Amino acid sequence: MKIFNFHLMPYRHADLDAIERNGSAWVTYSNRDYDPEKGAGLYHEYLDQMEFADRLGFDGVCLNEHHQTAYGMMPIPGVLAGALARSVKRAKLAILGRAIPLLNNPLMVAEEYAMLDNLTRGRFIAGLVRGIGAEYHAMGINPAQSQERFAEAHEMIVRAWTVPGPFQYVGKHYHFNYVNTWPRPYQTPHPPIWIPSQGSGSTIRWAAQMRYTYCQTLSPIALVARFFQMYRDEAEKSGYQATPDQLAWSNTIYVAETDQKAMREARPHLEALVNRFLKMPTEMLLPPGYSNIDSIKRIRAAKVTGKPQTIEELVKSGVVIVGSPNTVREKLAEYQDLAGFNTSLTKTQFGTLPDDMTRANMVAIAEEILPHFRNRLPQGKQQAAAE
Amino acid sequence: MGDHTTSKIAVRGCNIGLMRGGTGRPLLILHGGGGAGGWMPYMADLAARHEVIVPEHPGYGASDTPDWLDTVADLASFYLDFLNQLDLTDVDLVGFSIGGWIAAELAVRNTHRLASLTLVAAAGIHVPDVEQVDTFLLTDEQLVRAMFHDEGRADAIVERLKDPELEDIGLKNRTTTAKLAWQPRGYDPHLHKWLHRIDVPTLLIWGESDRVFPKDYAFAYQRLIPRSRAVIIPDCGHVPHVEQRQTFVATLEGFLEGMRVAA
Repeated sequence: MKIFNFHLMPYRHADLDAIERNGSAWVTYSNRDYDPEKGAGLYHEYLDQMEFADRLGFDGVCLNEHHQTAYGMMPIPGVLAGALARSVKRAKLAILGRAIPLLNNPLMVAEEYAMLDNLTRGRFIAGLVRGIGAEYHAMGINPAQSQERFAEAHEMIVRAWTVPGPFQYVGKHYHFNYVNTWPRPYQTPHPPIWIPSQGSGSTIRWAAQMRYTYCQTLSPIALVARFFQMYRDEAEKSGYQATPDQLAWSNTIYVAETDQKAMREARPHLEALVNRFLKMPTEMLLPPGYSNIDSIKRIRAAKVTGKPQTIEELVKSGVVIVGSPNTVREKLAEYQDLAGFNTSLTKTQFGTLPDDMTRANMVAIAEEILPHFRNRLPQGKQQAAAE
Repeated sequence: MGDHTTSKIAVRGCNIGLMRGGTGRPLLILHGGGGAGGWMPYMADLAARHEVIVPEHPGYGASDTPDWLDTVADLASFYLDFLNQLDLTDVDLVGFSIGGWIAAELAVRNTHRLASLTLVAAAGIHVPDVEQVDTFLLTDEQLVRAMFHDEGRADAIVERLKDPELEDIGLKNRTTTAKLAWQPRGYDPHLHKWLHRIDVPTLLIWGESDRVFPKDYAFAYQRLIPRSRAVIIPDCGHVPHVEQRQTFVATLEGFLEGMRVAA
């Protein structure tokens, strides 16, 4: 298994009570609460952690993109990827991903990613997403056009990387007389494309058809296993057998000497992540047209309770892994076998977790977990699924 | 509720729902973002003197969602086709909210088949520095309540939201409304340049306490449309035809009658 260090870069000094009063850390939570001194400190703290992950032996470091939120301070992840492209010497560098439908000129992502691929001499992983619903409120892009803009932007970016320019691109949303991206990507035919999603059936089907690595965001492991099975089934329908390398699970891991200590230490920071930073009204998460009507009804129904989640619930349902080295090793192996993934996109910093605890967690993972999984493949499940 | 028929018709390959009732000159109603709903009491009132025609927009309710549907301008052109196909002339066109935007876009393009235009709490233009609720950040219940001056009057409609059979229609309508009005939020930045082309008598009916498109919008439309007059109804929000039905119907009838006497 490959284990990547995935950072959300939360503004961890946010006033959690203010977020609670506002109902969300997204879109309407005023940036008056952003302190540039503290924020600048966090950027450097987090970038230092990414470089530390590289030295510790993590297989990759991951950034992502969200807008107008204390949940993550990476509206333009390429800025941070640029900072890391030279200081992260060995690990892969992934942006998971840029929200291409939000852009009126997604050709700039073809350029940006090609630059990063050159800078890293081919260590770059190109994530493409639609962005979550809140982004469409924040950026003034029509959610009802999200899917068609994604499809068009993706097609144009891949063509920009693979078809020698200049050529003309004429779509419904995007029109260019000259597509002729300099530089071209370093990797051939282009950097690996990874597709993070909350589990949309159409996205899973499409990623499988395209043979893109599918990344499942924050979900209970049983659900993750079901989505990954859908991917393998769709791959079979497309006439090939998916490998575990095509499946990545996005999780949170916290390791301490004992289960009890790990739970005690992680609790406030993890609960701040799920109950404050991540929280938003359904109308913000699911603007009309963002998903098809059946998906919206399903997600609405699932969100009915809306009560705060505890760390016990998150651990029990396998959204996160928290515990002693032994517990974490057991769970991670169990989940790998259950769901059949070969990449773990692991948040080692989460919510309000401070720097010293984050680094201790990273060291513990590097020493106690990584070596045991280096050559470990999922066992049992794939063969069963293939039969 | 008065005699009316409900049918489906195809206009250039797009099937839409259509309600018709009453006799007299044709009065074409273009509904708002909530959909056509049923045959409402104000329609029955108007049907006493007019042939009331209520199409359900493409993308709403039981109507098709055609591939060509992207903008309000598409619907304006669609309804010009609709008027041709039904061969309607001397039409009194009445548009509510987003339907008012469609009506204004239609009238800017061609008024040959129109006798008059009435915009009720209409979208379509932008008036700076006017506070408006963001309807897309409201729950279904908050959205219904935001339509009224007296929120207590929304109770019955809020109760109906619980009907699961209406959920699909509600989501479909909201999706189409987002498609048409999300960005720019409820207006076409170019429409205001051409409103001077509207050359039929125009009435603007607004609720005094409309929070969705406040009455400043009525005054802005009045400045932009040459032969227009604004009537502001007190104790009334975004849906005058529901919240102040009698005043609304009397105002509209008075305008249509006065216009014909003058002619």
